[in-house]
This record gives sequence, C-alpha cells and structure tokens, in this order.
Amino acid sequence: MISLDLAVNAIVAGLLLGGFYAAVTVGVTISFGMLDIVNIAHPAFIMLGSFVAYIVNSNFAVDPILIGVVMAPVFFLAGMGVYQIYYYAFERRGEESIQGLAFFFGLLFVGEVALILVFGVDYRFVEAPYIGPSLHFGFVDFPLRMLIPFLISLLMLAVLQVFLGRTFIGRAILAVSQDRLALQLMAANPSRVKRIAFGISIATASVAGALLIIIQPVEPSIGRDYIGRIFAICVLGGMTSFPGMLAGAMLIGIVESITSTFYGPSWAPAVAFGFLLLTLAWRPAGILGR
Amino acid sequence: MMHGNRSETPLPHRGKGVIPRGSEMGTAKFWIGSVLVGVVFLVLTRWLITNEYYFFAGYQVLQFIVLATAWNILGGYTGYTNFGTGAFFAVGAYSAVVLHKLTSLPVPVMMLIGGVMSGIIGFGMGYLTLRLKGVFFAIATLALAIVAQTLIVNWDYVGGARGVYVIRPQHAPISGSYIQYLYSLMLALTWVSVAIARTIERSQLGLGFNAIRDDELAAEAAGVPTLRLKLIATTLSGALMGMSGAPLPYYVTYLDPASSFNLSYAVNSVAMPMIGGMTSWIGPIVGAVLLGTIQQLATVTISSALNLLIVGVLLIVFVIIAPNGIVGLVQSRWRARIR
Amino acid sequence: MAEPILTVSGLGKRFGGFVALENINITVETGERLGLIGPNGSGKSTLVNCLSGALHHDSGSVTFDGRRIDGMPAYQRTRLGLARSFQLPKPFRSLNLVDNLRIPLLYTVNARHGAHLSSTEIDARCRALLADVALADKARRLPRDLTQVEMRKLELARAVASAPRLLFADEAMAGLSPSEVEEILVVLFRLNEQGITIVLIEHIMRAVMSFSTRLVVLVAGQKIADGAPQEAIRNPEVERAYLGE
Repeated sequence: MISLDLAVNAIVAGLLLGGFYAAVTVGVTISFGMLDIVNIAHPAFIMLGSFVAYIVNSNFAVDPILIGVVMAPVFFLAGMGVYQIYYYAFERRGEESIQGLAFFFGLLFVGEVALILVFGVDYRFVEAPYIGPSLHFGFVDFPLRMLIPFLISLLMLAVLQVFLGRTFIGRAILAVSQDRLALQLMAANPSRVKRIAFGISIATASVAGALLIIIQPVEPSIGRDYIGRIFAICVLGGMTSFPGMLAGAMLIGIVESITSTFYGPSWAPAVAFGFLLLTLAWRPAGILGR
Repeated sequence: MMHGNRSETPLPHRGKGVIPRGSEMGTAKFWIGSVLVGVVFLVLTRWLITNEYYFFAGYQVLQFIVLATAWNILGGYTGYTNFGTGAFFAVGAYSAVVLHKLTSLPVPVMMLIGGVMSGIIGFGMGYLTLRLKGVFFAIATLALAIVAQTLIVNWDYVGGARGVYVIRPQHAPISGSYIQYLYSLMLALTWVSVAIARTIERSQLGLGFNAIRDDELAAEAAGVPTLRLKLIATTLSGALMGMSGAPLPYYVTYLDPASSFNLSYAVNSVAMPMIGGMTSWIGPIVGAVLLGTIQQLATVTISSALNLLIVGVLLIVFVIIAPNGIVGLVQSRWRARIR
Repeated sequence: MAEPILTVSGLGKRFGGFVALENINITVETGERLGLIGPNGSGKSTLVNCLSGALHHDSGSVTFDGRRIDGMPAYQRTRLGLARSFQLPKPFRSLNLVDNLRIPLLYTVNARHGAHLSSTEIDARCRALLADVALADKARRLPRDLTQVEMRKLELARAVASAPRLLFADEAMAGLSPSEVEEILVVLFRLNEQGITIVLIEHIMRAVMSFSTRLVVLVAGQKIADGAPQEAIRNPEVERAYLGE
C-alpha cells in the first residue's frame, strides 16, 4: 500500500527539485538551444560555482546565494573567454561538430579532475540559516533548503525571460538564435552577440552551483549526473522555450523523486538519462533533424 | 565553403596521393609485415622481458589501442562522436564475469561473447538514435553510459556497487604466467582491430563512411544507405570495445562499476584518435601509444588523478591547434614538401 | 503516350502549424524539361526535398516510374533513378573530385540489379563525367579548390553520376554570372538530350524560359499555374505573386 503521505511529499520534493533543475538547464537552453553550441561542459561550471560558494562560505560565512550572484559577473567574463576560444578554434572554421564536442568534453573532464585535485573526493557543504528547517502544511513538508533555491530559480528564470524579451541585447540574442543571416544584414555582429549570450549562460552556472550546494552536499563527480538531466530537460522542453523547459524540469524532478523514494536513490540518475534516450528515440524521423 | 573569411584549415584528407597508393602491393605488405612485427614483438617480449610490470603496462597500452581504433571507426571515419565507451567496455567485462560464474569457458571465447553483447548494444543504441543529428547521438551515448552503469550498480549477481572478485586461474593455456597469456590475447585482438580498421579504410565501406562524415544528406542522395552503414559502424565499434573489456576481470581480479565505467575510458578513447589523427588507422595507434605511455609514467611517478588531467588538457590543446592530429601534421609536412 | 515518369497527387507538407505545401498535383512526362518557379518561400525546395526523400510528406502520393515511392528513403529513390542536386552545393569536402563521383557510382549504379562496373570502369566513368563538365584537370583536387561555378558543376556531375532517369536541378545557377549561367544551361540541355528528364527549379527567368518545355508555378505552397511557359507567366495570379498586389 503506497503511503499517500510519502507520495505527496515525494511529488512536492520533485516539484521543488524541478524548479532548481530548470535553473541548472537554462544555461544550456541558451548555449545549445539558442546558439547551437553543444556545451556539455556546463555541469563543470556549475560544480565550480558550488565549490566557489563552499570556499567563501566556509571561510567568510557569507550566504551562498549572495556568493552565487556576486560571482556571476566573473563567470560571465569566463564564459565570454571560453566562447572566444571556441569561436576562433571551431566556429570560424566551420568545423563545429566533432572538434567542438571534443573541446567541451575535454573541458568537462579537466574541470572535474581539477576539482578533485584541489578539493579531493569528500563531500562539501555550506552553512546557512535556512538549511535544516522546513515549513509544514499538514503532512506536507517544504524543506527550506529546497524551497529557497526553488524560488530563486524561478526568479532567475523570470529575470532572464524579461531580459531576453525586453532589452535590446536580449532581443538580439533571440534574433541570432533564429536567423544568423538576418542579424548580419542588420549590421549587428552575430559573434559579439553570441559571446554575450554564452557569457550569460555561464553566469547562470554561478547561481545554479550555489543553489546546488544548498540543496545537497557536493563532490566533484556529481557534475556527471547532471549532463543527462540538463540535456534531457532541454530536449523535452523544445530546446528554446523557457516555459517548456520548466515543465520538463518539473516532470523529471517528480519522476526522479518518486523513483528515489520508492525504489531507492541509486536508480535516480538513470531516470533522466532514460527519459533522454526515450525522448531522442521518439523524435520525428528524418535526417534534417530539428 | 567559399566564404572569404574562413581560415585555411587543413582538411582531414583521405591520404590518397600523399601516402603512395599502390593498393594491392600495400595491402599484401601490410598483412605480411604486421604479422611479422606482431610475432617478433611477441617473441621478444615474452622471452626477454621478465618483469611482470611491463606486461601489465603493455596490456594497458594494447587495450587503449583497441579502444582508440574501435572508437575511430565510428568517430573518425563516420563522424559520429561516442562518449559512452565505458558502457561498451564494461558490458564486455561484465559479460565475462557472468560467464566466469556460470561456466568455465576459455578467455578467447569470452572475448567473442563479450564482443557480441556489446555489438548488440551498439546496434540497439544506433537504431534508437542514429536518425538524429550527430550532436544528439553524442549526448545519447553519454546517457547510455550512465544508464548502463546504473543497471550494473543495481545488479547484485555481479556484485552491484560493491564489486566482484574474480580469481585468476593458476595456469595459462600456453607457457608463461597468466598475465603474459592475457597480454598475448590482447596483442592478437589489437592486430585484428587494426587489420579491420585498415581494411575498412581502403574499401567501399570506408568511402561510404567518409561520405556520411562529410555530408550525410548528400551521401544519402548519392545512394549511400546511411542508416545501414551507421549501424554497421556502431555495431562493429561497440563489439571491438566489448572484446577489449572481456579479459579485464582476470587482469584486475576485482571489478566494480566505478572503475569499469570510468569516464577515463571515454576521454581516452576520444583523445587518442583525436591526438593521433582520425583519418587513418595509424592515428589511434600513435595516440594510444603516446598517451598510454604518458599515463603509465605519470601514474607511477606523480598521481593517477594528475595523469587524467594531462590527458584532458592535451585533448583540448590538440583539438584547438591540430585538429587533424599528429598524423595530420605529418601529412601536411609531406604535402608541403611535395608542392 | 508513354506513362509520365513522375506523378505527384495531392501532396501536402506542414511544419508544425505552418503549411508548406498544399494539395500539389504535378505530372512530369518522360523526357521533358519542366521548369518550377515561384517566389521565395513558395515551397519549391520543400517540394524537392519531399520528392527526393529528404523529407517525409504528410499527405498525398508520389509515383515514380509506375511505383509508389511514399516513405521510401532517399538512397532507394536515387537507386530507382530519381536524383537531385542541392541548392547550396554539398560536396564531400575531404574527398577529391574523382572520389566525389565514385560514391554515387559505387553506391547507386553498382547497387542496381545487373550492373557491376569494375573499378577500372568506374575510374573511367568518373573521368568522363568530370570531362563533361570541364573539370577533368582538377580531378585530384579537393572541392575547396573549386570556384563557385565549378562547385555547381561538380554538384550536377555527382547527381548525374548516379545515372538517373529524372533529375531535380535545384537552383543550380543562383548567384552566377550570365556566362556561367549559360555554361550550366549547356550542361543541362546536353543531359536532357541524353535522355534524362529534367526539372529545373530556378529564379533566373531568362534561363527558365529558354530551357523549359513546360512551366509550373508555385506560390505559398500551392500550384497556381501549369502549362506552356509563355502562357503560364501571363497568368494574372502569377503576375500578382511576382509583382505584388
């Protein structure tokens, strides 16, 4: 007999987790969905964000979310730098596919190994007043360490949505994602716009990483679990749509949470990846792809 | 392709006209020459080297050659990047574990069965995902690796997360220690893989693979059955990877998912062909020997995490400055001299 | 009267909510030179993609040489004799010109029943095909060493290498100078004389009018005219589509 109590809490936890997953994925929605850059190293930047939050928090007792936001401009610059390399090495030559993938794969790997060398494989966590307590509504628990990241994630998504829709650069980014040629004809340099967009995508990793380490303790190899989640959500959500991505993220969050609660946590990583494989397998046929 | 602002990249070139063709002569020379080299190598190492460590290290390097060569059939020749080498490799290793528990089959048979299992996985995965753009295929391979790992972690019969101990037999079917026996088997498999790769490269199949890599739509329009060829590539590539994993349980005597699915297999099998050169069968060998040796030295002298860092950094650097790998650099030099 | 080589009945194609092609009915007679014109976005390329198998059409049927080919993958259509060249040339960049032509010879011509060309015969055919488009001296070069018009000619040569009965020449002349357009036209006329039915999709009106024995006009995914070239363009709807309301 499945306990209703357990099931409802699992679903709630899944929803909250899903909101967070959307924050993790939005960077790839921008870089892959809109810019066509397969940044599979995004999880490495998120882990970097988590560990940065860890260092500052454990040494100076600053709130991790604050760290994530303050460090975002630094990540933004780093993202622009990575894009520059990517652009000069691959995009300009028109050889984006295998070499570009290998480049990001290398980054992902180097990122993880570098973190292991510096921090070792122990779990790290942060301290904050909202890690621990929960809100209770009847038998439903809302752990603050999940609720707060959930709210911040939604806030970040909303800010990005407004930015993309209302500001000049934001709309330039949307334009680049739809029609590079048109943008060139309008005398805007697409690679400059893409650089800014990629920078923003990495900046989100700073915040997402901070949120991650609030939700759970982290160690360097966790990034790997997120590759599948991120791309599964991105694909499920239709690649470029924020609302779609949010819905996909919540769906995966809920399914993962239920699987974890009733079948054990060791099955959770397979959920997102399984989703991904199924989604990819059932996409419309035809070599012309998207 | 005709735009002015594209910088001049040396294209991966099939090598015709640079490396002299004379195909029939070349093929006979290769077969005879390589068998001779293999036999001489085997004799020298088995009889002259007594330090077991060299056989361990040699086994590792040979294993990498097979993985790199197998990866390159799908990656370099056909243009589809596979990040899930760990899955195919581990399926081979765990097939051997299951066979070891249920039967007492000789290792070569286990290798064949491991190859079949991984080949089936390669076929299945290809069938599910090969209709998509190459990028989605690559992501799907990552997904496959994690799904496979999760399945094994939850399968108690093969030890689950705790791993499984495998007892290495006392006596090898041929003279010498068991490690030397495994080493000989791996040498044979290496020869088989390289021979397969070279044969494909010079055949109609290889030409078809190249066409798919260069422009899949155009290849399909020219009459190339792209899905069929891609399935051949994934199946063959997966099978070879599985075969290289089958002897692993006897080699390490303790097998667990964390080590057998290790991402280092994925990175190495991508880095070695890329750094060595993806257009020819020589490239993966160059890359595997180079990187394999560096890693052996680094593991012994520094630390094993650092050696992985070196591989990752080398991959990034080479991918940026020498996209055609070492073989590509050599080819450009030749071409420059000829002109 | 011989059977038409290609019959398109009620063909439709949509992308999500956007209707790219609606109820297209076209017959192509064996041996004719059919011109297919229409403003940008009218669905010409989509139609070619559907007929050649690069895209799946949603409704209607396509019959080639008496056979229904709906759902057939592109490579099988090519083997049946339906070839296309690409609007933006898509050569095999890492292969030299000879190898570029070798692919269709090995995978189409040699894959047909009964045919079996030896490798010497294939080599000879490759060179003959290159000579036909004046590219014989660049046989061992890579596609990136070619000029624009040479790339177009290679593109056509590759389509012809598959020994087709029907060829869709998709905007083979876009962006070329008048003398280059003439070069391509000469090639196409010669191919037609050799017995290949040609459907020319093109924007360059002069070329289309001089080449076509019949003209089909597509606007916004629908066929609005079909007949002798001079009459078709005088159709008021066609005028409106090109000149605006």
